Amino acid sequence: MASDTTKVLYGLYNDEEDLKKAVKTANSSHLDIMDVFTPFPVHGLDPILGLKESRLHQLGFIYGAIGASFGFGLMSWVFTRDWPIVFGGKPYWSVPAFIPITFEMTVLFAAWGMTITFYTICGLWPGVKAKSLDNRITDNKFCVAYDITNADESLVEKLRSFFSKTGADEVNVKTI
Amino acid sequence: MSQPIAPVRHVLIEGNKNYHNITEDLCTPTETTPSREWIIAFALSAAFLGLYAFAICWTVWKGIGEWGANRTINWAWDITNFVWWIGIGHAGTLISAILLLFRQRWRTGVNRAAEAMTIFAVICAGQFPIFHMGRVWLAFFIFPFPNTRGPLWTNFNSPLLWDVFAISTYFSVSLLFWYTGLVPDLATVRDRATGFRRKMYETFSFGWTGSAKHWQRWESLSLILAGISTPLVLSVHTIVSFDFATSVVPGWHTTIFPPYFVAGAIFSGFAMVQTLMVITRKVLKLEEYITINHIESMNKVIVLTGTIVGVAYLTELFVAWYSGYIYEQFAFYNRVFGIYWWSYFGMMFCNVVSPQLFWSRKIRRSIWWTFFLSIVVNIGMWFERFVIIATTLARDFLPSSWSYYRPTWVEISIFTGTVGLFFTLYLIFTRVAPVVAIAEVKAILKVAGNQYVEKARQEYHESPRPSEEGEKQKVSEH
Repeated sequence: MASDTTKVLYGLYNDEEDLKKAVKTANSSHLDIMDVFTPFPVHGLDPILGLKESRLHQLGFIYGAIGASFGFGLMSWVFTRDWPIVFGGKPYWSVPAFIPITFEMTVLFAAWGMTITFYTICGLWPGVKAKSLDNRITDNKFCVAYDITNADESLVEKLRSFFSKTGADEVNVKTI
Repeated sequence: MSQPIAPVRHVLIEGNKNYHNITEDLCTPTETTPSREWIIAFALSAAFLGLYAFAICWTVWKGIGEWGANRTINWAWDITNFVWWIGIGHAGTLISAILLLFRQRWRTGVNRAAEAMTIFAVICAGQFPIFHMGRVWLAFFIFPFPNTRGPLWTNFNSPLLWDVFAISTYFSVSLLFWYTGLVPDLATVRDRATGFRRKMYETFSFGWTGSAKHWQRWESLSLILAGISTPLVLSVHTIVSFDFATSVVPGWHTTIFPPYFVAGAIFSGFAMVQTLMVITRKVLKLEEYITINHIESMNKVIVLTGTIVGVAYLTELFVAWYSGYIYEQFAFYNRVFGIYWWSYFGMMFCNVVSPQLFWSRKIRRSIWWTFFLSIVVNIGMWFERFVIIATTLARDFLPSSWSYYRPTWVEISIFTGTVGLFFTLYLIFTRVAPVVAIAEVKAILKVAGNQYVEKARQEYHESPRPSEEGEKQKVSEH
């Protein structure tokens, strides 16, 4: 990024249906939206925004596989190499008895791995100051934001007319 | 209107709410000074928490000889209470995970509080096995780590160690699930707050903005966590039941234990959710969000799981008789007619007979009946664990060591103390975080809000009816 701050022109809508219509209008008039902020997950918004499906679940599978191998591997190593002990005349490598812990480790690694990944890729951590455009976005306003840091006057005018045409309740500029 | 609404759907949000009303109503309890009821409840809970602390110090100082457990009945109130609390902890994950996978919309009214309850119940449960170890300062020995004692590892073949893994995984995954769900709502509280509170919620909400991509990942994460929590929640009580089922003690060594324990856990968990919800909705004035329809749905789960538990009790008796094995037969005869007969009948009455009242729609939708029966079920499920544990051990293989168990004041204080601990944590939670998931309730407003459902019903009744022929044709087309 060229500078740390971004000048943002944003419009607030009162309903998710208005928001979706506005996003469709923006798409058809080739106005590239910077981001959309909503108080709750709006279904049907991702495809029209062109957001690809999250790949978090693929990572979840990988983390789970690591957890399973780690758990099973550790138990196998301990009971066959490091400190073999006979329990009730059973074989050292008693695989069925390892299943519960292997399962728990799979879940543990998958859950922690995915959650940590989620917060990291979203840039969300304790101490991060929210680059919030408006306090009402987490309440009842649906926001479409444009980056106008390097935009010329004519584009800004075009965006303003887009907002008024699509029924935005408020249009503001904020530097975040 | 974006989504079609079936006219048969229940109303889940009453009072013609809009998005802003939802924010107002659900954030208000965290922003006002506590009510008198809250202060009294908190003082009472904190007093029991104090009793807990005293009894635990007593136990650690003097040793577990201060408990009524003895050589014969070496698992008594401690393990009974442990299994009871763990069972209560199952409803939260069930509501948030399994009902999410089944797309049950009524979960949104109760999931947040139920998940919090899960976490607090698991904290209470953990106290018992930890302090039963006696030398509690060596409790870290239960974790496998390279050490200077050999290294001496834990026994990975033991169900008690599986328990360590199951419960710690369950606790930490429930915590992640709960907190990740809470982050957007904490951001809502943050954006309404000023001064020090704003700073505090800024930290706790991790800088959440509500960006579309974040919501997409958040939903994806919630769904996968729900997917892996579902087998997790089933595994936890299965493994708890393995503590008994893998032993060679008649009455414990049964293959029915895992499903029977899981059903019992869901049963008792829902009962505790009901107890809490009935009070919470009244005290925090959330009757429009936790409606009678929510309560009825949970009562249906209670009657189902209560009946499963009843079938399991009868199956156990039948199999004991049918096995032709006299020790097994004796164990069950002793359970029903032996020295602790009263606990068996208490269990049967509270768990099997009383929930059957919920077949009546009137009782299912009555607040007072729900509250009363939820307490009865909680008592019944406590009896179940006591019956399984103490009754079985009191009459073991050697008649010369047969014994009787009575709890001492220390055990009674620890148990009532964990109830204090549970309610103290829950009451703090109601003050610092929204007890109903704000964002999730907003997301179902247009399909479950009373004004939308009523409109859909009206449209349905006013729309011209297709003839029967036409309807049949429609069905066959599908």
